[in-house]
Amino acid sequence: MRALDAPPPAAASPGTHPVRILVDGGVIARRQIEHLLRRPAGLVGELALPAIIVLLFGYVFGGAIEVPGGGDYREYLLPGVFAMQAVSGIGVTITTVAGDLARGVMDRFRAMPMARSAVPVGHTTASLFTGLVNFLGAALCALAVGWRAHRGVWLLLAAFGLLCLFRYATGWIGVAVGLSFKDEAGADHAVPLLFPISMIANTFVPTDGMPAWLRVIADWNPVSAVTAACRQLWGNPGMDRTHTALPLQHPVMATILWSVGIIAVCAPTAVWRFRVAGRH
Amino acid sequence: MGHETAVLVEGVAKRFGATRALRGVDLRVPAGGVFGVLGPNGAGKTTLVRVLTTLLLPDAGRAFVDGIDVVADAERARFRFGLAGQYAAVDEQLTGRGNLRMFARLYRLSPRAARRRADELLERFELIPAADRIVATYSGGMRRRLDLAASLVVSPSVLFLDEPTTGLDPRGRAEVWTAVRDLVATGTTVVLTTQYLEEADRLADAVAVIDSGRVVARGAPRELKAMTGSERLEITVPAVDDMAPAARVLRAATGIEPVLRPGSRTVDTGMGGAPGEVARLVRELDAAGVVIAHLNVRRPSLDDVFLRLTGRATGQAA
Repeated sequence: MRALDAPPPAAASPGTHPVRILVDGGVIARRQIEHLLRRPAGLVGELALPAIIVLLFGYVFGGAIEVPGGGDYREYLLPGVFAMQAVSGIGVTITTVAGDLARGVMDRFRAMPMARSAVPVGHTTASLFTGLVNFLGAALCALAVGWRAHRGVWLLLAAFGLLCLFRYATGWIGVAVGLSFKDEAGADHAVPLLFPISMIANTFVPTDGMPAWLRVIADWNPVSAVTAACRQLWGNPGMDRTHTALPLQHPVMATILWSVGIIAVCAPTAVWRFRVAGRH
Repeated sequence: MGHETAVLVEGVAKRFGATRALRGVDLRVPAGGVFGVLGPNGAGKTTLVRVLTTLLLPDAGRAFVDGIDVVADAERARFRFGLAGQYAAVDEQLTGRGNLRMFARLYRLSPRAARRRADELLERFELIPAADRIVATYSGGMRRRLDLAASLVVSPSVLFLDEPTTGLDPRGRAEVWTAVRDLVATGTTVVLTTQYLEEADRLADAVAVIDSGRVVARGAPRELKAMTGSERLEITVPAVDDMAPAARVLRAATGIEPVLRPGSRTVDTGMGGAPGEVARLVRELDAAGVVIAHLNVRRPSLDDVFLRLTGRATGQAA
């Protein structure tokens, strides 16, 4: 008879140990990425989404929009498209987390001696991976429509670094929020409501045409800071005007602070909510 | 040996809003063998298992698995038990092999050990041919076997099986039963919840009957059966209206309260076991004008125990 005995578990390092969180979070992230890769249609969708936005705004609305300070609208638009892809991390994790809660496999995860934060960490990490696919799609169509970065390769990469940081941060918002839904269907209703977050900003049009109250919201929207940071680092038009709102005067610093702030608030909330969800 | 305790439950209570799912459960499961937790739908079996596997916090009471407090020391307890449930807790969108490797990694096996362990379990549960297919394409029986395999990644001391055969066809059920017997042979204690008396009767060395959040009886299936008399007589009458007169005659003749099977025309009674008792009862029924359509003498089953303890047939909701 074949022995069923597995090697005894390694000396129990607690589930809060940083190494455990990284290893277990990595295992869950890999699972999420595998889910994505097993649905080629979903993957194509993630690649094509930025192209649709570029088509709509670059060619349908673009002719009617005047770039502040002059310049090519599509050069103005692309940083906004990248920022939109970064903030869409919220919707991705809302859906994946809500879907997981309804699945039986979540019971197994909870009954296993894995890091308690592994599932949230895995979802946000996988959302970052999906974001890279979105960014790749956006970059391909950016090059196709004639967008260029004008300030050199290091600043080009620095902006992508900021986009990834912001994408990762928004994934945590999605996990914290997604835990409120009972299943994917509920989350699917909520995700379209997120659309204005990327629109009430400087992503597609200058904010100075908005009513004063809306302009304040738009200027302080973190998505505006991310967009402005990209415009600045890539030397794209729309940055030569003196902005009154503080985050737009220092968009790189604002993006970093927004991201760190979001993670600092949402990550502990998400982990705590995940721990207690369903236990009472 | 034989005196060790695998699971100890003391006064565990759990309430969901106005519903008292568990009302102070006390239980001791000895190490080794299969322990059956028997009860109808809604009796609290699943709630009890969820408390014991750290998925739910009890409102009151204490519970230990392999001597470890499942509330105070949940993380350590999670190394000692395995859980396989009514709903296969595996990832539908991964392959069978992918599932087992993932769980093995989460149980802290190295990548190489996880691969080896996954292969062993796939072979052990005869899943090699389906190993690289995604689980969504598996049959019900295959899913349960994968679920069982996943709960055995680190040979647990105690394996909780929550209604492992609910919804399975007879073949799938037989597969799970075989797997359970093999496991017990390797020294694992199995705690099995079921609403099927046949299952508890076939697999369990000892059972506890739960009803409305309380343990209402416990013992070996044999001991519980003894509660209902040595042999049982089933009388089927031509019409439902004939059941009451038949029961009256049987009650007077045996001194034991007969059972009117709900939804049938059968009256069922225990007998004292005296020689010639069946013939005597038939004569008395005949003399009272009760027509016997069908007659059966049988050994009591856990069904009888259940009906007697709870006043309901198995499978009927509480």
